[in-house]
Formats: sequence, C-alpha cells, structure tokens
Amino acid sequence: MTTRPVWQERPTVFGLTLKTVVLTLIVLAMVYPLYVVVLTSLSTARAVTEAGGLVTLPGELSLDAYRELFGGGVVTRAVLVSTGVTVVGTALSLGLTILAAYGLSRPGSVLHRPLLFVFLLTFLFTPGMIPSYLIVRELGLIDSYWSLILPTAVSAFNLVVMRAFFMNIPGEVLDSARIDGASDFRILWRIVLPMSKGVTAVIGLFYAVGYWNAFFNAVLYINDNTKWPLQLILRQYVQQGMNVVPNQRAVDTAAGYALPPNLAIKMAIIVVALMPVLLIYPFVQRHFTKGVIIGAVKG
Amino acid sequence: MTIPAVGLLLVFHYVPTLGNVIAFQDYSPYDGVAGSPWVGLYNFQWLLSDPEFWTALRNTVTITAFQLVFYFPIPIVLAVLLDSVLSRRLRLFIQGVVYMPHFFSWVLVVALFQQILGGAGLLAQTLRQAGHEPWNVMTNPDAFIVLVTAQSVWKDAGWGTIIFLAALAAINTSLYEAAAVDGASRWRRLWHITLPGLRPVILLLLILRLGDALNVGFEQFFLQRDAVGAEAAEVLDTFVYWRTLMTGAWSYGAAAGLFKGLVGLILIVVANKVAHRFGEQGIYKKS
Repeated sequence: MTTRPVWQERPTVFGLTLKTVVLTLIVLAMVYPLYVVVLTSLSTARAVTEAGGLVTLPGELSLDAYRELFGGGVVTRAVLVSTGVTVVGTALSLGLTILAAYGLSRPGSVLHRPLLFVFLLTFLFTPGMIPSYLIVRELGLIDSYWSLILPTAVSAFNLVVMRAFFMNIPGEVLDSARIDGASDFRILWRIVLPMSKGVTAVIGLFYAVGYWNAFFNAVLYINDNTKWPLQLILRQYVQQGMNVVPNQRAVDTAAGYALPPNLAIKMAIIVVALMPVLLIYPFVQRHFTKGVIIGAVKG
Repeated sequence: MTIPAVGLLLVFHYVPTLGNVIAFQDYSPYDGVAGSPWVGLYNFQWLLSDPEFWTALRNTVTITAFQLVFYFPIPIVLAVLLDSVLSRRLRLFIQGVVYMPHFFSWVLVVALFQQILGGAGLLAQTLRQAGHEPWNVMTNPDAFIVLVTAQSVWKDAGWGTIIFLAALAAINTSLYEAAAVDGASRWRRLWHITLPGLRPVILLLLILRLGDALNVGFEQFFLQRDAVGAEAAEVLDTFVYWRTLMTGAWSYGAAAGLFKGLVGLILIVVANKVAHRFGEQGIYKKS
C-alpha cells in the first residue's frame, strides 16, 4: 500500500466509487468470458443442457471433453504441430535476434550503420501479400512447416528493443573480458545474456506468442489440412461451428451422457489454444515495462 | 553475427519488395519475372476502375477514422485512471489482467465474442430465457464497425496503456506538488501537467497510426467477412486475398499491395514532417 502524498487532496466518495466501479467492470469484461468458457469446457452434458448453452454457474463437472480432444485425432495433431512450430521457431528467432542485436549494439563493428539501416527500413515499407506469397512458393515451402517460421523469423521491432537494451551495458565490462581473452561468442553467452534475462524473456514471449497464434501465414501457405496448426482448427470447429467428430466410441453411449457435449468440446478447444499463453504470461509479465519501454523510447 | 538475420530479411522482405515489379507486368509463374510481358500502368488503371477496390478502400479508411475517434483515446484515459490507483499491488493486478488479451490470437478473440454476443451465445441465451427477442450483433453489417472496434478495444486497449504509463511515470512529481500548493485543483493539474507530459507520446502514436491508416489488420476481417458480407467487411488486405490470390491474378494483387504500401510510405513521411513542424521528434529525427 502506497500512501497518498501530503499535497494531494482526499478523493471524494463519489469519485472513489466511480473509479472502483469502472475498474471492476473492466476487469470483469476481461475475465468473465474466460471463466464461462473454461467452466463450460469442464461441464457434463447434463449441466450444459440445464444451462441451455454456456454454463455460468458451476454444476456437474468432468474432464471428458479434454479426454476426447487428446485421445488422438484432429486436435491432438494440431496441438503437436503448433507446439513444434512454436518451440523451433522461438529458438531460431531468439537466437538470430540476439546475435544480430549484439552485433549491432557495438558501434565499432563492421558495416554497423548500413546493416542497422537494413533493419530500420523494414518499418517504412511492407512488401505486400502477393510478392511474399510468390517467394514462399518459389522456395518450395508451400505445405512445409518452415513456411510458418522463416518469413516471420526476424522481427525488426524486437531486434531494435533488444539492441537498445544491449547498448546500455557499459563497454568497459565487455572490454575487460576481451582483454582477458574471451571471444565475442563467449562474451555474449557469459556476460551479455546473463545481464539481459528480462528482455530476453519478453522478446521470447513475443516470438512464442506470434508462432502459437500464427493464422495468416497458415491460411496462405498450408493447404493440406492434415498439417493445420491449432488456430485453423479453432476457426473451423469453433468459429465456423463444424461439429467435432468423436473418436470411434460413439456407439457404446446408451445413456447419451457418456459423450461430452459438443459445446464443451468446442470450449475445450478454446481453452487449449488459450492455455500456453495463460501459463507463461504471469512469469514474463513483470518484465514488460522495462523491456518494452526502452525499445519504444529509443526506437 | 548479424548476417543470418540480414539474410532472412533480404529473402523474405527485400526480395518481395523488389518483386513488386510484377505490378507493372502481366505476370505468370510459368514465364517468371524475366519472361512476363510488361504492361505499364495497366493494372493500376484496372484497379481504379474496379468498384470492389473502392469499397475495400472506403471501408478501410472509414474503419481507421472511426477507430481514431473511438479507440485511440481509450488507452490514454485508462492509463491516467490506472496511474491514479494508489495501491501498487492492486495496480499491478489490474495491469496484468488488461494486458493479457493482447496475447490472444484473433481467431480466439472472435470466437470468444461469438460465444458471448453471437446468435447462439451467452447474451442471446440470457435474453431468450428472460423472454426477450435476441439480437445478433455478429452478423449485422451496419453494426460491424462498432463490433470490430469493440473487439480491438477488448484485445489491445489494455496493452496500449503501457507506453502512456511509462510516460506518466516520467513526469516529475514535484510539478504536481508545486501546482497543488499553488491551489490548482485535480482537474487543472490533469490539464496543465499530465496532458502536456503525455503530448510527445500521443503525437508519436498518432503518427504511427496515420502511417498505418491503410492497415487495419487482415485476420479480424478475414474471419468475419462471411458473417456480415463483403460490402461491410472487405478491407484492402482481404480484397487482395479474395480477389487475386484466390484467382491467380498475381499482377493485379501486387498492384493493389504496392498502392497500399506506397500510400503508407507517403503518409508516414508526411506525418513526420508535420510532427517536426510542431517541434516534436516524430519517429525519425530530422536529418
């Protein structure tokens, strides 16, 4: 609890109430839809029928919908595709960005100015959808998972943020390491990176979220629907409302309740798409202000 | 060390940028860039006489203008509001919640809106159970601009506060103290200290938004185009996708893309000039 500075007048009761109500409504608008979705995904068919659709009050709960999704089939495969693309893509992006940002953060390095310009210029002009598509096609990357990684592997914005952070590391520290005989890679690995954990976490999150959420590139470049990442599955089954076909065992459901309801399955797909973000986010959140601001101010 | 990253940018950014020359050709993949015939400005003439292009352009500009009025100020107001919360822990909690949707994909956001506001969604369900006629906001072309703006606010307005909060934190508190001692009320302090303190950031973001005027995003519109129809939901990016990528009219699509890119470039340069004239820094310094 921070105390009010002495010069500041006490808030009026009306003002304080209004502020509380507004902030509460804002938080609810963010949290309530997620609560309803998660609850419905955990509900049994009876609970969904009783609620007449989405479940707002906890009733009978079960994990059937998730069992169904992860029992093999379309969604399981899509989760694997998305996870693979995210892991490989993030590692590659982060590696390339760190190398380039470090290279560009030392003013004396070879071709420092022109190379930096190459990155900054990408802010001014975007090449457009058609030529980008044609390049990917010429390279034979259509229906390859690399088409989801390579075109977006390096973000100039992330690079500039990272470079700004590296530039704040005093040159003396690096010089003394160099005098002791450390190579550039060793300096980067042993000195620069350990000093930049926060910004690395934030940039890593940006890249990972980008890959996990990748939709546009998948629409353009992945025609084969057995290779679809999760976001396209989400669109097909949830947004366009196609029914999820249960895995073979539909027959032995005498009571009709053993199969999880379609709505619960759909909500479970949403939760699966949401989960990685919700899990990683709290750990990275506290670094946001530092990481983003430096880049925004200097960029 | 920089070479791998530069290489990727060359291949996936600069080569396609040069690839825009096919806008002046009648390109066919079989003949390639070298073999396809040159047609001058034919594709651009075609573009300007295409009513669907004008619909897309009009929708894009309308949506940008609408969001400039109804979206742009929200992060500023929200940041000032958050900044006034005294308890640090409460503030961090609210920040954590409002930043979060920025990391959701558009598919997810649209799906969530559909579940809450759509024809089979929570709102319709509640209305029906209360004996009212449900209405479906998700398929109404007239309300579409409000819908997409609401989605953008939900997803990104919280994240947008981050930069304003930083600017607010940079304002020297002794200014407030001195003003309060001189008898300035809370509103006068807001007007004479807070807003001038935010001015450079507000201008910077306005410039960026103006330079991006023809970019309203692809996914949000692509996803909802079927529900409300092309008349309301077609924007320049979706136009390029449906009209050309789907039909193989490469040169025509490249012309539309080049038009968009060039207008964006001009806008950002002009907006910067204006910012310099106002004595602000803009996104690049005067050279």
